[in-house]
Parts: sequence; C-alpha cells; structure tokens
Amino acid sequence: MAEDIQQKLEKYRTAPFDARFPNQNQTRNCWQNYLDYYRCQKALDAKGVDTSPCDWYKRVYKSLCPLSWIEKWDTQREDGTFPGKI
Amino acid sequence: MAHPTQLGFQDAASPVMEELLHFHDHALMIVLLISTLVLYIITAMVSTKLTNKYILDSQEIEIVWTILPAVILVLIALPSLRILYLMDEINDPHLTIKAMGHQWYWSYEYTDYENLGFDSYMVPTQDLAPGQFRLLETDHRMVVPMESPVRVLVSAEDVLHSWAVPSLGVKMDAVPGRLNQAAFIASRPGVFYGQCSEICGANHSFMPIVVEAVPLEHFENWSSLMLEDA
Repeated sequence: MAEDIQQKLEKYRTAPFDARFPNQNQTRNCWQNYLDYYRCQKALDAKGVDTSPCDWYKRVYKSLCPLSWIEKWDTQREDGTFPGKI
Repeated sequence: MAHPTQLGFQDAASPVMEELLHFHDHALMIVLLISTLVLYIITAMVSTKLTNKYILDSQEIEIVWTILPAVILVLIALPSLRILYLMDEINDPHLTIKAMGHQWYWSYEYTDYENLGFDSYMVPTQDLAPGQFRLLETDHRMVVPMESPVRVLVSAEDVLHSWAVPSLGVKMDAVPGRLNQAAFIASRPGVFYGQCSEICGANHSFMPIVVEAVPLEHFENWSSLMLEDA
C-alpha cells in the first residue's frame, strides 16, 4: 500500500483527473486534498504509523491550491481558527 | 497578437482554436448566404411593378421554407456540439499552472515540483524595446512546454478578472475564492498574447497575458533559472 503510493509519487507529474470533481470549478478539489492530507497525518500519527502515504494528498494540494490560500489555511490551523474539521 | 484593421480571428495556436476557427467559417458562410438571399428578395420585391392580390395559400413553398431552415440549423448544430464535447473531454495534463489575477497584474505559480511563483507586469510604453508590442508585453512570460496538455487554474486575489489568450482559444474568469480550470495544448512554439477580459479598475487595460510555448528542454532550463532567481 505504502509502496504503491511511493511508486505513484515517483511518477508524479501533476494532479491527475479526479472523477469527484469533473467540471470547471476545482475549488473543492484543492480544499478536499488539503483536508485529506492533514486528516491523514492526524490519523496516522495517532496510530503511531509512518505518515508517508499521506504525501500523495500533499503533492495534489500543492499542485492545485494557490500559495496564498495554503499560507492562509496554515496560519489558521496554527491559530486554531481553521474552518475545516481535521 | 492582433493586427491593425484585423477582421478575423488570430492564427490558431491550439487544436481547439483551429476547430473553433473552422466552425466560425462554416457558420459565417451560412449566415452570409442567407443574408444575401434575403437582401436580394427585398430588392426584388421593392423594385417590381408587378402586383398580385389573389394568392391565398401555397403549401409547397410553406413546406420548403419550414423544412429548409430546420435542416440548416441542424447543419450548424452538429459541428457546434461536436466542438462543445471535444472541449469537455477529460484530458490528462502534464503540468498545472495557477494564474492569479491582481489589481493590476497576473501572477503565475508552478508548484507541481518546487514552489515557483512570479509576477507578470505590463512593460510601460516608455520602456519598450524596438519591435515590442505596446500594451501587450510583460516583464515575465508564462512559459509552457509545447505540444503538452496544460491545465491552468485561474483565480483572483481581489476583484474579478479574466484570463484570456485568443490564439489558444482560452478565456476563463478569475473569481476570488474560486478555482476555475481551463486546459489547452500549444500546438506550435511561439509567443501568444492576451489581455484581461473582465473590468477590474483603473488599469484593467494594462495587465496583459503573454504565453511562451517552447520545447520541453527549454522549459526545464527556464524553470531552473527562475527558481534560482527567486
């Protein structure tokens, strides 16, 4: 499972087509991957397991999300004002 | 870019724009033929001395001028829908670039691998070098590898803008808080110009877009250089 993710990450070019977000509006795609990365981190950390499978979500949100959005959300998470549930 | 006294589209630089261009030729020809016919009929009717007050109905011509327009509409609709679905196909982009609209410049982010970001301001008219185009040139261009499917995610940091490059057949509104996806393939190397297409304040006409399509090697060299400079 982790090896598959590693392989996918090695061949990573850009965020692939995601059938959950097939249309023009990709806002949710960026938001969802950002959430998924930090939720995955939190869940795997809690279990004490290696968190490298979460890196896929990180690559995708880095490809899709504007830098200013990422900075804003990171600051919000640190301040405890992040609007999403992690 | 556009030329003085230009009437038609700019030369196509992407497969989709080529299709749109040919479709426009097809639809415009139909429109011109119908308009010529109508104009002829009008002049013929207006300039005849003959009158006829006794025709009551005429099934044959009524059938013809009902069926024929329907057929013509189908002949326009079919290629139109073909292109619509072609533009909607799921593509597999090789890279993703974010184009963020600001008052009054664009910024581009290439974050698939490293975090490359830069602003793209218009070159003021007094700073133009000989041969450069007024109100179209920028200090940094959005460089893309040619013949590669590119995904552009367009958004804005303040007010509405719109990212448009006519020769690539792309126009996508930049809405704050929203990420709009557009895709294109640059079928040939070259420099392609566009301008902001949504009123955004005093310098709306002075925040152009320049896309430079180059071979992959050159793109890789350029992105390494840009990362070093940053």
